[in-house]
Amino acid sequence: MADSPQRIDRPLSPHLQIYRPLFTMVMSIVHRITGVGLYFGTVILVWWLLAAAASPSAFESFRSVAGSPIGLIVLFGYTWALLHHALGGVRHFIWDFIHGFGPQERVLLAKASLAASVALTVILWVVGLAVKG
Amino acid sequence: MSTTPSSGHTPMRTALGRVRGLGSAHSGTDHFFKQRVTGLANLILMIAFIAIVISLAGSSYAATRATLGSPFVAVVLLLTLLSVTTHMRIGMQVVIEDYIHTESLKVLLIVANTFFSIAIALAGAFAVLKISMGG
Repeated sequence: MADSPQRIDRPLSPHLQIYRPLFTMVMSIVHRITGVGLYFGTVILVWWLLAAAASPSAFESFRSVAGSPIGLIVLFGYTWALLHHALGGVRHFIWDFIHGFGPQERVLLAKASLAASVALTVILWVVGLAVKG
Repeated sequence: MSTTPSSGHTPMRTALGRVRGLGSAHSGTDHFFKQRVTGLANLILMIAFIAIVISLAGSSYAATRATLGSPFVAVVLLLTLLSVTTHMRIGMQVVIEDYIHTESLKVLLIVANTFFSIAIALAGAFAVLKISMGG
């Protein structure tokens, strides 16, 4: 087993540290990081729902935190993480159907999803702030 | 599918094992497939969810409850909670299995992952149902 004390320390093959960071590789790592961020960020969603279910004062304390400068930055980052991860998921769907593996295609897909994630985040916030008034 | 691999070696796995296709962990491609099905569901549900959140930006307590309590919105939120928590539980398990190699800590974290995901799902669902039906 992995924990066995008799385990022999065999030489390991080199890992990430010997590779020059590639754009697609960084996008893949960011996909995982945004996934982990979204995981813990579900606490914000549930806090919002529970506050709305609980009482006006609980809802007000959520609103004051979410509406604070730090709260807005976190929510902005969360929006971007969500869109980046969603578009990364779309790229995975494309790969699942055995498309988009060519040298140009994979870089194009990565660039497009990064650009779209930033653009959509800004658009959604412009719309959101307009609705909020 | 042919019963004999092209290499000509006798397969180690039994005929029944090959047909079931569940592998040594007995769950086969269940996680792989569920991750894609919930990913697709998330993609669809997120469009509705984002629209709901934007429409509620800056809304008062009463207005928020009125929207969240409407059946269409409540059902979208419940579906989102179900799909998202399933997806995030599988995803986090993969991350834990990739980076945590101490067996006891790994098992502990996988259990904690299950607890967290289910707690998020049920807390969110309870809040939506209470707003919708309990007042």
